[in-house]
Amino acid sequence: MPGFIPNVSWKNDMLKSLGLSSIDELFSDIPEKIRIDKLNLPKGLSQQEVERELSFLADKNISCKKLLSFLGGGVKPHYIPAIVKSIISRSEFYTAYTPYQPEASQGFLQAMFEYQSMIAELTGMEVANASMYDAATSLGEAALMSTRITHEKCFLIPENISWERKSVLHNYVKGTGIEVKEIRYNRETGGIDLDDLKKNLDDTVSGVYLENPNFFGIIEEEIYEIQELIEDRKTLFVVGIDPISLGILKPPGEYNADIVIGEGRALGNPMDFGGSSLGIFACKKKYIRQMPGRIIGLTKDINGNRAFCMTLQTREQHIRRGKATSNICTNNGLNALAALVYITWLGSDGFYDISRRNFENGQKLMEILLDSGRFERIFTGIHFNEFVLRYKGDVSKFNTLLLEKGIHSGLPLEAYFPELKKTLLFGVTEVYGEDDFNRLYSAIMEVS
Amino acid sequence: MFRFARYNEPLIFELPSRETRERTPIPGIPRKIQRLKPISIPNIEEPRVARHFHHLSQMNYGVDTGIYPLGSCTMKYNPKICEEIARWEEFSCLHPHQDASTVQGILQMMYELEEMLVEITGMHAFTLQPAAGAHGELLGMLLTRAYHENNSDNNRKDVIIPDTAHGTNPASASIAGFNVIEIPSNKDGTVDVKLLKKSLSDKTACFMITNPNTLGIFEDNILEIAECVHDAGALLYYDGANMNAILGKARPGDMGFDIVHLNLHKTFSTPHGGGGPGSGPIGVNRELEEFLPIPRIIKEKNRYRFDYDKPKSIGKIKEFYGNISVLLKAYTYIKMMGYNGLRETSEIAVLNANYMKKKIVDSKRYELPYKQMRKHEFVLSCEKLKEEKNIRAADIAKRLLDYGLHAPTVYFPLIVKEALMIEPTETESKEDLDRYIDALIEIADEDVEKLKNAPYNTPIGRVDEVYATRNLILTWRDFKEEMSEK
Repeated sequence: MPGFIPNVSWKNDMLKSLGLSSIDELFSDIPEKIRIDKLNLPKGLSQQEVERELSFLADKNISCKKLLSFLGGGVKPHYIPAIVKSIISRSEFYTAYTPYQPEASQGFLQAMFEYQSMIAELTGMEVANASMYDAATSLGEAALMSTRITHEKCFLIPENISWERKSVLHNYVKGTGIEVKEIRYNRETGGIDLDDLKKNLDDTVSGVYLENPNFFGIIEEEIYEIQELIEDRKTLFVVGIDPISLGILKPPGEYNADIVIGEGRALGNPMDFGGSSLGIFACKKKYIRQMPGRIIGLTKDINGNRAFCMTLQTREQHIRRGKATSNICTNNGLNALAALVYITWLGSDGFYDISRRNFENGQKLMEILLDSGRFERIFTGIHFNEFVLRYKGDVSKFNTLLLEKGIHSGLPLEAYFPELKKTLLFGVTEVYGEDDFNRLYSAIMEVS
Repeated sequence: MFRFARYNEPLIFELPSRETRERTPIPGIPRKIQRLKPISIPNIEEPRVARHFHHLSQMNYGVDTGIYPLGSCTMKYNPKICEEIARWEEFSCLHPHQDASTVQGILQMMYELEEMLVEITGMHAFTLQPAAGAHGELLGMLLTRAYHENNSDNNRKDVIIPDTAHGTNPASASIAGFNVIEIPSNKDGTVDVKLLKKSLSDKTACFMITNPNTLGIFEDNILEIAECVHDAGALLYYDGANMNAILGKARPGDMGFDIVHLNLHKTFSTPHGGGGPGSGPIGVNRELEEFLPIPRIIKEKNRYRFDYDKPKSIGKIKEFYGNISVLLKAYTYIKMMGYNGLRETSEIAVLNANYMKKKIVDSKRYELPYKQMRKHEFVLSCEKLKEEKNIRAADIAKRLLDYGLHAPTVYFPLIVKEALMIEPTETESKEDLDRYIDALIEIADEDVEKLKNAPYNTPIGRVDEVYATRNLILTWRDFKEEMSEK
């Protein structure tokens, strides 16, 4: 079968033209002591063989197309329209790299300009960059950016963000002397504890981070009260969003957020076992020079035609090196393209419908679980498409029995929040309907 | 001759839109936090959306279009089979918190990929979590800090980096809170070992290098470098951007490196995606393993599971376990190449680079500063062309686009004036290499005026980057405002 290395067949001619007799001569500058004969790996497989081998591996997974999954925790199965897969499979896009030569990259550049514009519209912010790795690293970068702008070194976060996100944040600020302080969540509503926020908000605070909806799925009803607390200070207001919620919820730009971050996977990207992430990063235009990541600008060519190119590159590592705003180079461009195609395909109306369906399914799922009599509510706050319930029994046994019926239950939270005994974080999207909810209900009745 | 398509493709926002419906308040959410004003994005039917993006794709150059010899970026062909496999729903439709019993296949893939990378690099253990090379570097710096702190060695604040290093190296070190000390290269274009020895002290945390370096030159003093770095109590970091030069020939672990990052989107043929997603796994020696991010993947009685019980771990660097689809593609690629194919990869990558280098240097249009022996890439200088004819590296780059060829990396590394950094990779044929060589020679002989206004055959002419910086039109909203002011 054909391989990937054409010049294997021309090797001898090419060596001859270099005046060499063997390929080894090209490696004679590697000290003999460290040269190796061969790697201890199997011999290469043909495409046909590798496909078969990988299909055996695939058979050892049970995908969420087969399972009914009600797992929360920020990742959920969303419907991906066929056009998204079709467009991101255009190899002019996916086999290209960072558009260093704008004249040969107008397609991707225009798409990234449109992506930035879409994110700006969704979030209500003035500018967005062309993507970060994921929400967690965006949060880390937002903390660093807040200190660059305010020169203060205390960053406030809610105690109830995912432990993964918290850990990444701590690693991003580790070498900078920034202190991360946690604000309690309100034990009754599940939202932020306003009194605790007030107590901790002083002149040393560089930024306040808030998630809306938060990790428990709760929509912050007092978002304007929170904004007022922060507004008259130099402290920045950093908001973490689930983009899907922005079809029906007020965008952070309208409550005066300074920086908006979020996980964009839900916009046309698969769950991918937590891969295929997309870090959304937007801010007020006045902070643009402190923003991390690539930014695409509209410009003109020498004939006066509209054109696009990377701009403000002097913030970036390939120009500014050790003094760059971030070390990011490769970002998640193709995931951003998928997000753009997804939003475009939906349009304003379609996006609203999806958003609303996520909210409504979130309410339905909770009703069904409560109807089963096996769960109780622990937070009074309104929720979007995730929520926390307490199970009246043995959580791990319940989850195992449900899994045997092909249903994945919620994420147990007790390991991360010891006070939330026997609780599960459920999530649902637009992909499930009445039949699926009924199946869940019957399964619960059977296993409890 | 090659031509791009040219469309005056409107922005999505400029396309005719169906009228947006009115929004009615949703019961159950207070009105003051509801979005009652529709989002300002158009409603367009699918055929026009498909055409829009199809048009854009035809105004973009990728590896499938032609040779893309960006130095240090390893723009090689991306096997189609890898794309297909990564899309299988048994891989792509998995939730990161799924029960371990339902994800044995993906865990096995990750476990085996770690093992393969261990063998390829000669390191002790790998993590697949970082999302890109620079992200791996940041993790490498965090591990460096954790290692020294664990030894109660808290004064090591300096990271030494040669002046040929990729820009991400100093950026990653300084984001992680280290002082960056840059040392100049010697007349061969390699690390000045004497100067390095002088720069090392009990304040040095780490020495970061790329080998072969960004000039494409193998650091043949690497064993001596490793010895003096370790004698000073510091760690040696391997930037794996150039690993495509030495697969199956030599291993960073055998050279004495303590931390290694690989770029799966370079060496292991996963696509660059127009700027990502990538993957930057980190390999470490035995002593550093305990600091690697959680979770680790372990195998017990033929079952795989995540292990979070690592008290000295630095924690997490990415929200979950890495860019999984990229990992799958690299895994598939390595399986297809095997030990024989990987060795052949580097052999031909190096042969291709040296073949191009010789033919171009023999043409006497360009110069090759520093030592002549090169690995998978080489850096030419257009300094003479600039002095004699006022032709600059950027002019050559732009004119290449007219020939349907992607430009090399330009003006990097910084120590070469008017640099053209060329990395052909092993997947280009002799025919393509010859065409590139001929184009470079022809262009050097062209009229300077012709070059200054190039390119001509691209969808747009030479872009005014200064205008972009001065006007900062970064969104559709900015553009609308700009138009209304005019």
